[in-house]
Amino acid sequence: MRRYSIVVAHKKTSIYPLCSEDKLRYSAFNILKQALTGHNGWKPAWRNPEPKPEYDIIIVGGGGHGLATAHYLASIFNKKNIAVLEKGWIGGGNVGRNTTIIRSNYLLHENEGFYEFSLKLWEDLEQDLNYNAMVSQRGIINLYHSDPQRDAYIRRGNAMMLNGADAVLLDADEVRRKCPFLNFDNARFPIMGGLWQPRGGTVRHDAVAWGYARAADQRGVDIIQNCEVTGFKIENGKCTGVDTSRGFIKAKKIGVSVAGSSSRVMAKASIRLPIESHVLQAFVSEGLKPVIPGVITYGAGHFYVSQSDKGGLVFGGDIDGYNSYAQRGGMPVVQDVCEGGMSVMPMIGKARILRMWGGIVDMSMDGSPIIDKTHIDGLYFNGGWCYGGFKATPASGYSFAHLIATDTPHKTAQAYRFDRFEKGGMIDEKGMGGQPNLH
Amino acid sequence: MIINHPLLGPRDASEFVVLGDASLIDRPNRKSETAARDFYEYQYLRNNPAGEHRELWFHEQGDRSWLVVTRNTLTHKITHVELAREFARSQGRSK
Repeated sequence: MRRYSIVVAHKKTSIYPLCSEDKLRYSAFNILKQALTGHNGWKPAWRNPEPKPEYDIIIVGGGGHGLATAHYLASIFNKKNIAVLEKGWIGGGNVGRNTTIIRSNYLLHENEGFYEFSLKLWEDLEQDLNYNAMVSQRGIINLYHSDPQRDAYIRRGNAMMLNGADAVLLDADEVRRKCPFLNFDNARFPIMGGLWQPRGGTVRHDAVAWGYARAADQRGVDIIQNCEVTGFKIENGKCTGVDTSRGFIKAKKIGVSVAGSSSRVMAKASIRLPIESHVLQAFVSEGLKPVIPGVITYGAGHFYVSQSDKGGLVFGGDIDGYNSYAQRGGMPVVQDVCEGGMSVMPMIGKARILRMWGGIVDMSMDGSPIIDKTHIDGLYFNGGWCYGGFKATPASGYSFAHLIATDTPHKTAQAYRFDRFEKGGMIDEKGMGGQPNLH
Repeated sequence: MIINHPLLGPRDASEFVVLGDASLIDRPNRKSETAARDFYEYQYLRNNPAGEHRELWFHEQGDRSWLVVTRNTLTHKITHVELAREFARSQGRSK
C-alpha cells in the first residue's frame, strides 16, 4: 500500500522567556527543602484579594480561558492592573469538566493555524508557568473505516502539515501494533487505519487553571472569586464598568470569557449571540493498569477515549442535542456513547463506569469560536467553543489578550469574528450549516 | 425526557429530533427592505434563555408531526406541548 505520510519533526522553541518574577518557584531544591522542614513553608498558590474600585482591564470568567487571558495580558503584553472576576471558584466550570485532550488535527485553514499555535503553547506551558500541568503527548489516532474516509483523512493530514503540525497516516497493521485490542474485524466498520498526530495527547485539566492562576497572580493580577457580574455599565456606546455581587467595578476594557453561559452574560449588555447552550456528557471508568497508549477516536460513531494518569478510562461522545443549562444529560446519549465504545473497543465492556457528568458548552452556528470586539467600545468577547474549548485554552487566552491589548486580532484568530455569519464566512468544519446541535 | 404528544400521549424524547428555538416558525418577509438583516438574525441569532424555552421537536420515529415544546433549560422540565401547526395559527399564521 502506498504511504502518504510524512512526519514533520517539531522543533521545540520557547516563544517567551521564563518568568523571572516568581516569588516562590517550584523546583527540586524547594521540594527537598520543604521536605526537610515538615512542609510548613508552602503558601497558597494565589492571593484572595478584595476587588479594587477600578481596573484597567477586567476579565469576566475565571475558567481556563479567562485565567490564560489574564496571564498573557500580564506576561506578554505587559499590562498592569488586571482583575479576573469569577462567579464561583476558579476552575469550577468547563476546565474542570472536560476530557483533557489536546490536539491540532483540524481541516480548515482558519482553525488549523490557531489550534497548532495552541499545541505549541501547550508544549512550553509548564516552563512558562513553572507548574506541572502533566502535559503528556502520547498521540491521538482518528480511526478510519472506509476508502473515502481514508482519503478525507489524507486531505486533513496534508492541511495539518501545511500549518506546521505533524500527521502520519497509519494502515490497519500499524494501528494494530499500537492498539491490538480494537475491533478490527467489525463486519460493518472494519478498522482500515488511522490518522495519527503524535504530538496530541492529554493535560491535567485542573492544573491548567491552577497554573495559569498562580502565574497571573504572581504578576499582580487580582483573581476575585465569588464575584458575579450582574450588569454592564454602558454610556454612549462605551462600556465603563461592571455591576457585580460585590459592588460596581470601573474598568477601561472588559473581556467576557464565560463559554457555556455566554448568552446569559452578554444579554446583560443587550447582545444576542449566534450561540446555543448545550449539555455535553463525559465518563470515567474505574482505575485500570495502563491499557491505552494515547487518545483514540472512533470514525464510525461518536466515541473517543484516553486513559488518565490515575488509570481511569476517560471517554465521551455527542452532545445531548437540546438547549440546556442543567450540567447533566440524559440516558439516550449514555447509551449511544457506550454502544460506540463497545463497537470499537469491546474490552471496555469489562470496565465499570465510575463517574459521569455534564458540562454546558457554547454551541456556535458553525462549530467554530468567536474572539472579537463587540459593537460596544471597551467590551470584548471570547466564546462559542463548542465541545472543543480545552485544547484551545492557551491560544484562546493568548489571542484574546492580543485583541484586548492591541485592539487587533491575533494572526491565528483573524477569522473568529462576529460578522462571519452575516457575510457568509462560516468556518464549518463538519459542513452542517447553521444548526448548532449538529456540529 | 418524556414528551407528552398531544395526539399520541407520552413518548420518549429519543423518538424525536430537536431543531431548536420555536422562533424559527416566524420566517421573515423576503420582500422587506431589511430582509438580508432579518434573515441573518432569524437564521443565526438566538435568545438562548436559561429558564423557559419554546422549541421545535420533530417526531421522526413516530407520526412525523412537528411539536412546539415548552421546556425549562435549567431543569429539563416540560410544561407544555402542542402541535406546531396549532401554535403557528395561534400566532396569526394561516397554516
